[in-house]
Amino acid sequence: MAIVHIPALLHSLTGDVRKLEVEGRTVGDLIDQLELLYPGIRDRLVENGHLRSGLAIFVDGMVRREALEYEVPPGSEVLFVPAVAGG
Amino acid sequence: MNPTQTMAPAQTEVEQKYKVIGTRPIRHDGVDKVTGRAVYGADVQLPGMLHGKVLRSPHAHANIKSINTAKAEALYGVKAVMTAADFPDSGSRTANLGELGEVPLKPMCDNVMASDKAVYHGHAVAAVAATSPHIAEEALGLIEVEYEVLPPVMDVLKAMDEDSPLVHEDLYTDELGEKSAKPSNVASHTRHVKGDLSQGFAAADHVLEREYRCATVHQGYIEPHAATAMWNPDGYLTMWVTTQGAFTVRTSVHQILDIPVSKLKVIPTEIGGGFGGKIPVYGEPVAAVLSRKARRPVKVVMDRTEVFQATGPTSGSYVKLKMGVTNQGRITAAETMLAYEAGGYPGSIVALGGICMFAPYNIDNTTIDMYDVVVNKPKTAAYRAPGAPNSEFAVECMLDEFCERLGLDPMEIRLLNGAKEGDIQSHGIPHPRIGCIETTEAARDCEHYQTPLEGPNRGRGVASGYWVNAGLTSSVTARLNGDGTVTLQEGSTDIGGTRTSIAMQLAEVLGIPVEDVVPSVVDTDSVGYTEVTGGSRVTFATGWAAYNAGQAIKSQLIEQAADLWKVDKDQVSLADGVITTTNGDSRSMTIKELAADLSQKGIDVGSRETVTPQNHGGAYATHVVDVEVDPDTGKVTILRYTAVQDAGRAIHPSYVEGQMQGGVVQGIGWALNEEYFYNEDGLLMNSSFLDYRMPTSLDLPMIETIIVEVPNPGHPYGVRGVGEVPIVPPQAAISNAIARAVGVRLGDLPMSPQTVVKALSAKS
Repeated sequence: MAIVHIPALLHSLTGDVRKLEVEGRTVGDLIDQLELLYPGIRDRLVENGHLRSGLAIFVDGMVRREALEYEVPPGSEVLFVPAVAGG
Repeated sequence: MNPTQTMAPAQTEVEQKYKVIGTRPIRHDGVDKVTGRAVYGADVQLPGMLHGKVLRSPHAHANIKSINTAKAEALYGVKAVMTAADFPDSGSRTANLGELGEVPLKPMCDNVMASDKAVYHGHAVAAVAATSPHIAEEALGLIEVEYEVLPPVMDVLKAMDEDSPLVHEDLYTDELGEKSAKPSNVASHTRHVKGDLSQGFAAADHVLEREYRCATVHQGYIEPHAATAMWNPDGYLTMWVTTQGAFTVRTSVHQILDIPVSKLKVIPTEIGGGFGGKIPVYGEPVAAVLSRKARRPVKVVMDRTEVFQATGPTSGSYVKLKMGVTNQGRITAAETMLAYEAGGYPGSIVALGGICMFAPYNIDNTTIDMYDVVVNKPKTAAYRAPGAPNSEFAVECMLDEFCERLGLDPMEIRLLNGAKEGDIQSHGIPHPRIGCIETTEAARDCEHYQTPLEGPNRGRGVASGYWVNAGLTSSVTARLNGDGTVTLQEGSTDIGGTRTSIAMQLAEVLGIPVEDVVPSVVDTDSVGYTEVTGGSRVTFATGWAAYNAGQAIKSQLIEQAADLWKVDKDQVSLADGVITTTNGDSRSMTIKELAADLSQKGIDVGSRETVTPQNHGGAYATHVVDVEVDPDTGKVTILRYTAVQDAGRAIHPSYVEGQMQGGVVQGIGWALNEEYFYNEDGLLMNSSFLDYRMPTSLDLPMIETIIVEVPNPGHPYGVRGVGEVPIVPPQAAISNAIARAVGVRLGDLPMSPQTVVKALSAKS
C-alpha cells in the first residue's frame, strides 16, 4: 500500500479526496487502481503510455525518473508535481 | 568593518577536519583569463571559416507570407542562405526535455527560426553565411520577406483576456490533461492546495490583498551568444559553443536537425556569464545548417541588440496575493494567483515561482494557482533562481506591511513563521534539513541590523528568499599522473569558478594540494553525460562526482601500496597525501612516489564517475538593506547592504561570497532600473546597455556577506547550491526599505525614479 496524493486540479474527479491508500507494485499500478476508483483520472496523468509531459513523480520526497515503472516501497508517499527546469 | 564573515558554529571543527575545503586557493583558469588567452565563443577561428548573420523580424507579430532569398544568394561572397525550410520537418516529432518529458518539437524549431509566423520583434526568419560579416549583413538586406502584420499582445493580463489577439491560433489551455474549449494565450493552469483556506482566513486577525508586477528583465551576461559549426562531408558535425551545457546543446541540435548524437560533438568554450540564459539554443542549429550548405565552417555571433531582442529574458509577471496573520504575526493562510509571461512560446517558469513562493515559511493553509501565458515577447529562459524573485517579492513585501501595521520586528515575524525540517511545503514535499532559521537569526544578530539607521528619507528593509536548488546528472574522469598530480576532466562548463570548487573536493579526499589537481572542461565525446551548469548544482553534484573519483583513486592507491609492501590492504591507509602502513612496521611513501612507481610499471590509476544526486537541499538567504530616497527626483541610493546565506558548507568561501554579491547586484538592478520598454507596436526600444540600465560599481556600496553553514546531510561535505538564492530577496528588501524611508509601498518593479516620484505625488 502507498499513500497517493491527488493533484489539486483532479480533486473534482475524486470528490475532494486529496490522498488515499492504494495498492500497487509500481506507480503505473497505483494509477490503474485510481482509475478503478475514479474513472478518467488515468487520462489526466498518463499520455500515450507515459507520464504526462510536465509532470514529475515524487516518492518520499525524491523525484523518480523511472516514472510509471518505479517500484513503490510499501508505505511510501507518492505525489504528482509539475516538473520544473531551469537554472 | 570586515565586509565578509562566516557564521559557522562548527568552524573550528571544520578547520581541523578539512585541509582544502574552506580555503581560498587561486583559480586554475585564472592566468588564462586575466591574460586574455582564454578562448570564448567569438574567439573561435577555423581555416576557411565563414561568418553567419541572422535576419530578424521587424514586427512583433506577423504571418510570414513569403521569403525570397534569390538576390542574397547572388551577392558576391555569399556562400549559403537558409530559412526554416532548411530544417527537417518538425511535424509530429517531439523533443525529450528530461524531467519535463516529451514535448512537441515545433515550438523549439520555430523559436530558432520562424517557419510561418514571427511572434516577437527580432524573431529570426533567415540567415546568411558569407566570407565576411559585412557581406553577410549586406546580404540580409537583399532578402525579401512579405509579412502580414498582426496586432501584438504584450502584457500578461491582457493576453489572458478572452478577446485578446491570439499568439497561436492552435494553442489551448491545458489543465493537467484537460484542454480548454477555445484557443487561448493561457498555455497551462496548475494548482497546489494545502490545508483549508477558509479555516485559515477565519483564524486570521488581519488580512491583506495586494497585486504585484515584475517587468521583463534580461540576465545581462556580458558575453553575447556565439556558435561555430563545422559540418564535414562525412556527416560529422563539430560545434564550438558558449553554453551552460554542452550536452544540452548536443541534444537540442540533434533533435532539431534530426541527426544522430553519435555524429555530433559539442566543444564548450569559456563562457562570459549565462545566469540561465545560455541553456536554450539559438544560433547553433543555424550555424550548423549554413555550414552544411556552404561546406565550410560557419560562425554566428550575436550583437547586444540581438541578445536583448531574441534571447530569453525572464518572465514579466503578475501576482495577486492574499494573506492572513494573527495579532502575533503567525501566518494562518495565503492564497495566490501567479501569471507569468512565457514569451512567444509556452513554457515559463511559473511552476518554480509556485514551489518557492512560501518555502521560507510554514503555513498550514495555502492555495497557489499558476498560469503560463504566451505574449509577443522573446521566449523566456531561466534567469538565476528562475521564477522565485517574482513570487517571493510579493510575500516578502506583504510580510513587511503586516509588520509595520502590527508593530512587529521584520526578523521576528520571519523567525516565528520560519520553515524547519519536516515542515510540509505548499506543493506537498517535506523540507529536508534546511538553514532557514539559522540564516534569519544570523541576519537579526548581524552588526548591520543591530546598528540604528538615522537621517531623513532613509529606511531599512529586510527580506528573505528561498531557492530549491538542483541535483541532476554530472560526470567526471580522473587520472593519476606519474608526477602525482591528478588530471580531472569534467562536463560542467565553468561559470563561477567551479573548476576549482570541484577540484578541491577531489583534493580533500586524497589529502593533496588543490594545485596538484588539473581540472579541465571537455567536449561531449570526452566525458560522461552532464547536465547544465544551472540550478546552483555544479559544486554540489559535479563536486560529488569528483569526491567519488577521489575515493576510487584512494582505494586503488591503497591496493597498489599493499601489493608493493606485501601486506593486506586493510593494513594500509592514506592521509594528507601520504600512504602508510598501520601494522606497526612504519613504512610510508607519498602519493607522488607511488605514482612514479606505478607509471614506470604502466599501471593506470583513475576513475570515471557519474552521479545523479537528489538530496540537494534548499538554500535560504536573508538580506538587510539601507536606502536613501531623494523625494524630488525619486532616485534611490543604496547606502548599505548585507546578505546572509546558508551555504551548507562553503567549499571556496571567496566564490560563495562572489555569488552572493553578484546575485544582490542583479537583484538591485531588477529592483530599481531594469525593464524591457516596448512601444505600442510591440517593438523593443531599449536593446542596448546604454538604454537598458544595469547597475555599475558607481551605483553600489560594498555588498557585505555573512555565510551561514548548516551542512546539507545529503552531500559528503554538506554542500548546498549558492548561486541563485541571493537574487531573490533584494527586490522586496529594497521596496520595504523605500516604504520605511518615505512611506510609500511599491509593488511594481522596477521602482524607477519616475515610479517613486509618482507614488510620492499620489501620497501627498
